Formats: sequence, structure tokens, C-alpha cells
Amino acid sequence: MKRTFATAGAVACLAMAAGMAMAQDMTVGFSQIGSESGWRAAETTVTQQEAETRGIDLKFADAQQKQENQIKAIRGFIAQGVDAILIAPVVATGWDAVLEEAKEAEIPVVLLDRQIEAPEELYLTAVTSDQVYEGKVAGDWLVGEVGDADCNVVELQGTTGSSPAINRKAGFEQALEGHDNIRITRSQTGDFTRTKGKEVMESFIKAEGGGANICAVYAHNDDMAVGAIQAIKEAGLNPGTDIKIVSIDAVPDIFLAMAEGEANATVELTPNMAGPAFDALAAFIADGTEPPKWIQTESKLYTQADDPQAVYEAKKDLGY
Amino acid sequence: MIRARNLPFAATVLIFIIAYALCVMQFPNMLSTRVVGNLLTDNAFLGIAAVGMTFVILSGGIDLSVGSVIAFTSVFIAVTVRAGMHPAMAFALALVISTAFGALMGLTIHALSMPPFVVTLAGMFLARGAAFLLTTESVPISHPFLDTLGDLFFRLPGKGRLTFLAMLMLAVFVIGAIIAKRTRFGANVYALGGSPQSAELMGVPVRATTIRLYALSGALAGLAGIAYTLYTSAGYSLATVGMELDAIAAVVVGGTLLTGGAGLVMGTLFGVLIQGLIQTYIVFDGTLSSWWTKIVVGLLLFAFIVLQRVILLFHGPKGKPARMVPAGG
Repeated sequence: MKRTFATAGAVACLAMAAGMAMAQDMTVGFSQIGSESGWRAAETTVTQQEAETRGIDLKFADAQQKQENQIKAIRGFIAQGVDAILIAPVVATGWDAVLEEAKEAEIPVVLLDRQIEAPEELYLTAVTSDQVYEGKVAGDWLVGEVGDADCNVVELQGTTGSSPAINRKAGFEQALEGHDNIRITRSQTGDFTRTKGKEVMESFIKAEGGGANICAVYAHNDDMAVGAIQAIKEAGLNPGTDIKIVSIDAVPDIFLAMAEGEANATVELTPNMAGPAFDALAAFIADGTEPPKWIQTESKLYTQADDPQAVYEAKKDLGY
Repeated sequence: MIRARNLPFAATVLIFIIAYALCVMQFPNMLSTRVVGNLLTDNAFLGIAAVGMTFVILSGGIDLSVGSVIAFTSVFIAVTVRAGMHPAMAFALALVISTAFGALMGLTIHALSMPPFVVTLAGMFLARGAAFLLTTESVPISHPFLDTLGDLFFRLPGKGRLTFLAMLMLAVFVIGAIIAKRTRFGANVYALGGSPQSAELMGVPVRATTIRLYALSGALAGLAGIAYTLYTSAGYSLATVGMELDAIAAVVVGGTLLTGGAGLVMGTLFGVLIQGLIQTYIVFDGTLSSWWTKIVVGLLLFAFIVLQRVILLFHGPKGKPARMVPAGG
């Protein structure tokens, strides 16, 4: 009796395994940091969608913000014999040993979203955005928008000392160089949050003659921009026309604001890091094509002319 | 013949074997030396800390500082090695500090007759704070000595590796089991957990035992910190937050009585391995949320607490069935 059961189980397993092998030609393990932000959740959703459209069997492991969980997951993927591994690394250090194991097992590794401090030969490539460039795209938009008119900009910075805050500030300032009519008059941290963004904007408006001296707001992320829009409305001004709003990330809520004419532009930090990673992997596995060590994702600019309502509809179910 | 007190241990081993068999039925790949090697290596730091926790819980106490001490040790080693100290020296210093820290907590618990829960909670904040004081960033460590330790492994047939960390953990378990069963200190710990009053009347040196106990837990947390440092080759002050709870779960699932006095060090090994097995299964499946680890561990914990209560009611010296009758009822 026991034996019959075991045999039946084994046969079922074999049949399932055979079926899977036929339907999918590539198995990829994905070690995600966690789901601490809306963007992170969207990245997970998009990765799963991208895998599905390519017929890739995606093994997903959520590390709950812990490096040891990520290392365990990667070891598990190696033991399982996956064809490739994607990692969104939680910290920059401490990956050498486990990546060496992957290399020894001849499993290519692609980093998503963040770089690490490890010898380059340990991973195939890294797919990340360029944060300085994101700031520059936002700045370039403002330069084109105001032309020769004078413009006082207030800046809502990200968390003090965080790399996106430093880089997005630097990129924006790069874009303003040589355009003396545009000046950043005030700059403070809004901690990347909606409430802090609103608070800081309220104080900016009070300090700048009820908002009369502010021509534009540059926020390091959309959440702070949404908070600033609220503050501007409460001060009796029209966001988007009286005060222009430009921010970074392209989360669904900013598209709603753009559709209503309350925000002007946003630069997308794409959650689709996996698409370029899968393409690079497919080429590498097919004929050994080595991708460049860094694949920069597109930092696309969205304005009110880009049918924000439609973009909102497309993005709202991604888990943001 | 299995004694009733050891029934939870037998249950743990049985659960582990059945669970592994079920996993292998679904994923034949899981029956490989690679997976077994990973189970031991990936859980080495948890296992080492859990041995210390086993002693503490056997005595009826608890040590909440373990996770923070591990983080402190890893940051301390990273910072001192970065400053130019030899890793072996840094390891020794870290062990001295963590042992002294544990001993100090033991002394406080005894001298102030404070609940271990409160004192080690303070210890938890202290150690974590000290780690942040050293550095808030993740500090990488690279030193030929660490590479040598990392390369120190036996190849098992079938690509698996018995790493230095795995061997270290197994050694700690064996030594821990010997201390628990074959030394005066071990007997004192069991006596203390059975009943502190009668232990004192029997002439158990409560003060010395308590201090040694928490010193041992501190030392093993320090050793776990060294293992963690070798594992990630970095020190990070936010590492292993809440790991003491995983260690407590491993001890209880391993069959040790949460109220103290009964349990086996080797049971904890299986408690650790069961947690590792659940994580491995989730990675192999690749679609389950990793939070299922916590849910399954929670259910197992609950089941074991119920099992312990039932055994105590029918066999334990403290819990006669008569206690079930409500007072005044």
C-alpha cells in the first residue's frame, strides 16, 4: 500500500517535471530585498510579468530586508540548479563568497537596481538607473519650460545623506548651470514622505510672500510632490499653473495629479529592471554574448502631454 | 524506551525526517549533499547562538541580547580589521567582550534579583546601540586570513560542501551536549531550571551558575557573531535584528521546556534545521511568500507548547492533573 503510494507520487512528480521542462526553457531565481516601498512591490510585479511573457519559470524569494536571507536564497537557487539568478542586493558588501559559488556552478548572476562592492567578474551585469541623470532630466525639463523668464525654485530633498537625495540634487544643479535666470532659493529635506513634503512646502510658502515668489517646486520624489501640491492648494494657489511641479519616480498618484493639471512633469524610475536583465541573460545563454557591466535603465520624462490618465490606469495595479 | 521528558525531542526529530521526506518527494533535487551542506552552513550562526540560548532556557531564564551581540561583534570585527588589526586578534577580543558582557548581565540578574527578561532587554538595546556607535554603514572585510577560513571545507560527494562554519556549529553542539550532560555546571543548570528554591537548598551555587550561564550565552553569541562575519564577510549594525527570537523558537521546537529544567542540546540542532528546511522549501518552490517561514514556525511553537503542557500534566512533578480543577470551583 505504502509502496503504491510512493510510486504514484514519484510518477506524478516526474510527469510534472517533464511537463515543466517542455513548457519552459529557462528557470531564473530572483532574490528580492523585500516589499518595503510601493516601488519595490511594483518591481516584483513587473519582474513576474516580464518572466511570464518570456516563458521563464521565475523562483521568487523575499528576503524580508535581511542579507542572510538573501545569501540563503542564492545558495538555495544554486542547489536547485537554476539557469540564472537575479539579485536586488540589500547592502553593497558581503557578496563575494556566495557569488563565487554561483560562478563555480556556472550560473550567471545579474544585479538589479543597486550596485555592490565586489570584483566585476563575479556577476554578469548590473541593471540600475542613473540617479544623477534623473535629476538632470528633471532640470532640463524646467530649463526648457521657463525659457528666459526668471524663476525661483524651491527644492524638497530626499532623506539627508541618502544617495538618491545627493545624486538627484547634483543632477538637477548640473542642468541649471549656465541658466542664471533659474535659481534654487530654498532647499530642505522632506524625508521622501508625503507629510514631511507638505509641512516643508507650507513653511516655504510662508517664507516666500505667500508663495508669490515661488515659480517652481523640484521634489526628489513624487510622494513629497503630492504633499507639496496639497500645501499649495491650501494656500489658495493653483499647483501646476501658479507654481510648477516637477518630481522623480513616476508613481501612479502623480499621474492623477498631472491628469488634473496639478503637476507638470515626472521622471520615471522604472520598476522594469528585469526586462533588460532577461534580455541580457537570454543573449548570454544563447551564444555567450557578454553584456556591458552596467546597463542603465531609461529615465523617461512624463508631462501632461503624455496622457497621464492612461499611464495611471496602466500603473495602478502594479502594487505601488 | 523514550522517557516522557524526552518525548518532545523525539517528536522534533520525527517531524524533521518526515518534513524532509515530503520535500524530497516534491523536489527530488533537495536530496543532495549540496542542500544538506547549505542547511548546516546557512544556519551556523543561528545554531551556535541557539546552543547558548538552550542553556539559558534550561535554567528557566531567557537572553534577548543575542541578536544585538551578534551584530555588535560583526561590526566590531569589521571596524578593528579595517583599522589594521589581525582578524584572529579581533576574534579573540570580540569573544572576551561578549563573554564579559554576558557575565555582567548574569551578575545583574542575580544581584538585583531582576527577571532575566528585563536585564537582557536592556542588554539588547545596549549592544545594538554600541554597534551603531561604531558605524552605521555596512563595512566590508577582506583579509587573507578570512579567505583561508572560507576556503576551509571538505567536498562531500555530489558537489556539497561541509564548510568551516558547518563544522564549527556541529562542534559547538557536541561540546554543548557534553557540558549539559557530563559536567557539574550542566547539572546545576538543570537543577536551577527545575526549581531555583530547591536548587539553592540542595547547595547549587546559584550566583556562580547564573553568571557562568549568561557568560556562556554571551560567549556563544560572540562566536555566532564571528560566524556571521565569516558568512557575510561584512559587519553591519542593522544585521540579525530579532534573531534571538529565532533562537528561542529553535530551542522550544527542539523540545526544551520553555519553563526550564528539561530538554536536550541536540534537540535545538533539529529545531534550527527545521527552520532552515522551511526556508529551503520556500526557495525551491519559488512562489510562496517567505513569511510562511514565520507562520509555520509559529504553528510548530504552539504545537510544542501544547505538547509540553500535556506531558507536564501527566508526568511532570510540578503539574499534577489535580491542578486543572479551577480554584474554588
